[in-house]
Amino acid sequence: MSILVNKDTKVIVQGFTGKEGSFHAEQCMAYGTKIVGGVTPGKGGQEHLGQPVFNTVADAVSATGATVSMIFVPPAYVSDAVMEAADAGITMAVIITEGAPVKDMMYAKAYATKKNMMTIGPNCPGIITADECKIGIMPGFIFKKGNIGLISKSGTLTYESANQVVKEGFGITTAVGIGGDPIIGLSYKQLLPMFEADPETKAIVMIGEIGGDLEIQAAAYIKEHITKPVVAFIAGQTAPAGKRMGHAGAIISGGAGTAAEKMAALTAAGVTVVVSPADIGKAVAEVMKNLK
Amino acid sequence: MNIHEYQAKELFQAYNVPTPRGHVAFTPDEAVKAAQELGGSIWVVKAQIHAGGRGLGGGVKLARSTEEVRELAAEILGMTLVTHQTGPEGKLVQKVYIEEGADIKKEYYLGLLLDRALEMPIMMASTEGGMAIEDVAHNTPEKIIKVAIDPLTGFQSFHGRKLAFGLGLPTEEINTFIKFASALYNVYMDHDAEMIEINPLVKTGDGKFLALDAKMGFDNNALYRHDNVMKMRDFSEEEATEIEADKYGLSYIKLDGNVGCMVNGAGLAMGTMDTINYEGGKPANFLDVGGSASAETVAKGFEIILKDPNVKTIFVNIFGGIVRCDRVANGIIEATKITNVNVPVIVRLDGTNAIEAAEILNNAGIKNIVAALDLADGAKKAVAAAKGE
Repeated sequence: MSILVNKDTKVIVQGFTGKEGSFHAEQCMAYGTKIVGGVTPGKGGQEHLGQPVFNTVADAVSATGATVSMIFVPPAYVSDAVMEAADAGITMAVIITEGAPVKDMMYAKAYATKKNMMTIGPNCPGIITADECKIGIMPGFIFKKGNIGLISKSGTLTYESANQVVKEGFGITTAVGIGGDPIIGLSYKQLLPMFEADPETKAIVMIGEIGGDLEIQAAAYIKEHITKPVVAFIAGQTAPAGKRMGHAGAIISGGAGTAAEKMAALTAAGVTVVVSPADIGKAVAEVMKNLK
Repeated sequence: MNIHEYQAKELFQAYNVPTPRGHVAFTPDEAVKAAQELGGSIWVVKAQIHAGGRGLGGGVKLARSTEEVRELAAEILGMTLVTHQTGPEGKLVQKVYIEEGADIKKEYYLGLLLDRALEMPIMMASTEGGMAIEDVAHNTPEKIIKVAIDPLTGFQSFHGRKLAFGLGLPTEEINTFIKFASALYNVYMDHDAEMIEINPLVKTGDGKFLALDAKMGFDNNALYRHDNVMKMRDFSEEEATEIEADKYGLSYIKLDGNVGCMVNGAGLAMGTMDTINYEGGKPANFLDVGGSASAETVAKGFEIILKDPNVKTIFVNIFGGIVRCDRVANGIIEATKITNVNVPVIVRLDGTNAIEAAEILNNAGIKNIVAALDLADGAKKAVAAAKGE
């Protein structure tokens, strides 16, 4: 079991024939992901990486039955790509592209929601179900199969956490990189219940960072609804206020969105909060030991 | 990206958002000329820096003669203005804005920003104009009225009425206020603004609303489609090293510790700073080298970190995924040939080909490069090195 994606998930790539799209689509296929085609307007009818290329997402969906789209188009075209996917009946878009304008995402997400399409990202590493399906840019080999669900705003901290979990002798069910932009798709609050319902997931790791209040919302949700142990780390305890720390959304503004307030809320919700990211693996080992 | 008050007011005026008239001046002579052009008998001389709290810091002053305009402009130009938003080092004032005086009857606050939870812009108004809105939000949150504006509908009159009645405006002023707020919303949306703050918004003796101050910030990801805004960028208001880092695709922010950090990925970069802190040290900077971590970018990273004289050691923390660690290791060795690195460099490489990478670093025989086993080990070694141990 896993959440959202598995070995049978049919995936198309928007921006399939571009440099990034090609490279990562190939890596995903090598991991075992069922990439069934791609979309590049004007290149319909061609073949790329052994799969068909379509002019529109609608064509791709009707020919392949794909339900998920992995989006690699340049930032200025992201909202168009997301809306096209939603319009064509895609059920989940994984948006890898970094640098999409916030206003565009505001419109794109509102439309996606209206069309019942889930989104992940933008500016994220994607989603991976260990040994089954990788939709994104993460190094697949780190994610050994196991019983830990992972939700993270940061790409490299996702790899760091998964690596620590594996070194402690555990593994991953599904890992979701939700991205660190001001407006993102699926977040902790939507993903936590999926992991709660997944019988294979025994514990959950959530990685947050400064800015916004998604982690605070998550804490409130965990307190009420999550019975599985949660381990959390919030990046940016030492970040200065008013400075954007790499991610567009990682900023303490007006004194709000600090690591301290998020850590306090999560601790109060019964989450095991580690101060150093080097302790994530150990904390997982600890909560897993207590489960037995 | 942020702009100056006078620039924001230019954008306001183009959208018929009323502001007092004014001109920017770089010298006391220009300031006098500006006052003469504006006419009248009272002017405000305002320091133009990218920070709030200018009035309290002595950067906004009233002049009652053109001679006084000259004196005040001479005093403010070249001063280092310290406000609660500049930090203790303050900011050098290089230009002033000369504005006609306004007949102020009452001061309000009006702002627009993205509500990340609602995923739409919210407009906020308060009767507590002229005060820091963070303090109002903290002490008397009931005095802030908020309306969320769905971008699919845009600004409607009811949004304006909700704010106007909330502010206790008399009925005859409601329509003037709605017109003002509606135009402001268009300024915000049309320029991909991240925030607009008018503090204070004033009501004049003749019942008009005027943006007495104007602060605007923009979504950097959308600047490509706003040439007019991009032209307003004032590099002298930004950190020189941050601008230089940006040219090389590096994201750098200076901090006040002594352990330099070079990391791939923003989250891990923050996490590395936190780990150094946890181990008893203080990070000197945030630096995300991005995905490639090539010899050139690593060399540039070293160079930028070492511009800070406080740096006693550098902790390189790279989690190699798609980028192989052995390549990064070679890049680091190359980088030390391009840039002279005279402090201990603690290198932690994990992920793809980490073992080969450790061998490459050990065999290179570079005295000041020390390999670390993992994140905690690297942070510990870096903190010890910074202490001279």
